[in-house]
Amino acid sequence: MKALLEIQDCTVQFGGLKAVAELNLAIRERELVGLIGPNGAGKTTVFNLITGVYQPTAGDIWFDGKSVVGRRPYQITARGIARTFQNIRLFASLSVFDNVRAACNLHLRNGVSHALWRGESFHREEQEVEAMAEELLAIFHLDHLRDAECTSLPYGDQRRLEIVRALATKPKLLLLDEPAAGMNPTEKQELMRLIRFTQEKFELAVLLVEHDMRVVMGICERIAVLDYGVKIAEGTPEEIRNNRRVIEAYLGE
Amino acid sequence: MNRPKTWLILFVLLVWAASRFQDAINPYYFDILITIGINIILGVSLNLVNGYTGQFSLGHAGFMAVGAYLSAAITVFLTPRLDGGAMGATGLFVVALVAGGLGAALTGLAVGVPSLRLKGDYLAIVTLGFGEIIRVVFQNTEALGGSRGLSIPTRETGLFGTYLVAALTIYVVVLLVHSTYGRGFLTVRDDEIAAESMGINTTKYKVIAFVVAAFFAGIAGGLYAHFKQFIHPEGFGFLRSVDIVVIVILAAILLTILPEGLRTLGNWEALPTSLRALVQNRMILYSLLLIVLMLTRPQGLFSGGGRFTKWLKGRGA
Repeated sequence: MKALLEIQDCTVQFGGLKAVAELNLAIRERELVGLIGPNGAGKTTVFNLITGVYQPTAGDIWFDGKSVVGRRPYQITARGIARTFQNIRLFASLSVFDNVRAACNLHLRNGVSHALWRGESFHREEQEVEAMAEELLAIFHLDHLRDAECTSLPYGDQRRLEIVRALATKPKLLLLDEPAAGMNPTEKQELMRLIRFTQEKFELAVLLVEHDMRVVMGICERIAVLDYGVKIAEGTPEEIRNNRRVIEAYLGE
Repeated sequence: MNRPKTWLILFVLLVWAASRFQDAINPYYFDILITIGINIILGVSLNLVNGYTGQFSLGHAGFMAVGAYLSAAITVFLTPRLDGGAMGATGLFVVALVAGGLGAALTGLAVGVPSLRLKGDYLAIVTLGFGEIIRVVFQNTEALGGSRGLSIPTRETGLFGTYLVAALTIYVVVLLVHSTYGRGFLTVRDDEIAAESMGINTTKYKVIAFVVAAFFAGIAGGLYAHFKQFIHPEGFGFLRSVDIVVIVILAAILLTILPEGLRTLGNWEALPTSLRALVQNRMILYSLLLIVLMLTRPQGLFSGGGRFTKWLKGRGA
């Protein structure tokens, strides 16, 4: 199958430090790929690279047949890449519902004039957005918290809300940055089920950065391992588990 | 049923009815009423930038100046030439106001596009700088009176005009923010990186907020010019911008009534001398109020989760 996302020989350099070095990574449609590595290996940098927060020093990134290098983050999101954040970045002053609604902005046909005139088409679209946001919230069992302040939610719910918000942009590729961080084993189980469910229901490709090996090994079809910005291994969970270089990177020689 | 529009029309009718009795109002109170109206326009428009979009701008007086001078120039130069022609004095006043607003909006665009790349304190400094540049330009434009100021022959601004614009400003800002589209302004304030990642063009939102705010500041300037009948570059300096920021934080009516009330108190002979001195140093009181407010309600008096906001939401506005 054709690759949806293709990172070709990408390097990100900060001064003398190569945070990511000549990385090659491809993700096919509807594939669940894990990206792991010890602390500081450059996993989040890869996310920032794909989403346009950082620009590659060298190399190219193709998404859905077009290069996304040089595009601003909102343009890349418009092409179909959505993400969550390692340290939760919800819109703190907005309610749960409004967090999702804000992300629906991208596919809005109406603009300033409609918001001011409030004609037929404005109300129709506003209802569509509301229905879509509520449906998404219901899927993730957050509908009863619709009008709550998002900062008042428990940690796990905030993480799920971030996923809902990302889905509201109607992505083809979803990037999850440590979604299991700070969760207890039960919550992690639930999260794994949720990620797989989301991927199937919305027919997404998912790239998952995660520390928790049980989560990564449990749901990913393919895993890439980064160490000091270099990809040291790639393969099925079984292959990665038995890879000498990976074990060395994690445990030392 | 279109509720916000109904409210707007109802309010406008009410103001129109009230303005029929304009001549009966004591000139002193009339002055206060108009000042409150103009301050509402300035405060509400700046709140779109400083409050909802979270971009700290300190140059609002500059846009007010553009509107004031442009509209004044139009009435001063065109009144003798038209000689009460087809549109009459009121028609010309309306044209001048709109032109002043558009001129200010264009200035806002020119200032906003380069400076909105900056954040926080840096943006405040740059907008402050632009405000001063605008002021100095008017100070050195002899055709507009330069540092002598510019006199406007007729007093066109009345209760109806002022509160019509004030209502329109509130209408535009509230409806803009309370829509899916307008949630974008709030996301820019809350977290720019997350907003960009959700497909929101943060630059566009900032510029829109800036231009809309500048437009209304320009109209407020026009109203001000045609009310005071005299404008001077010094009147649109840094302190005016700070005043407007304080209005945003303390709420317009409070700021306009408080000083008038305090001044009256301060001149009241029966008041004990010690208390009068305190009242006369009201700037100190302002500062204290600001500090207390920043400590207790940094989001402002009416912002977020308050009863007023909930009431608005309940209206579906």
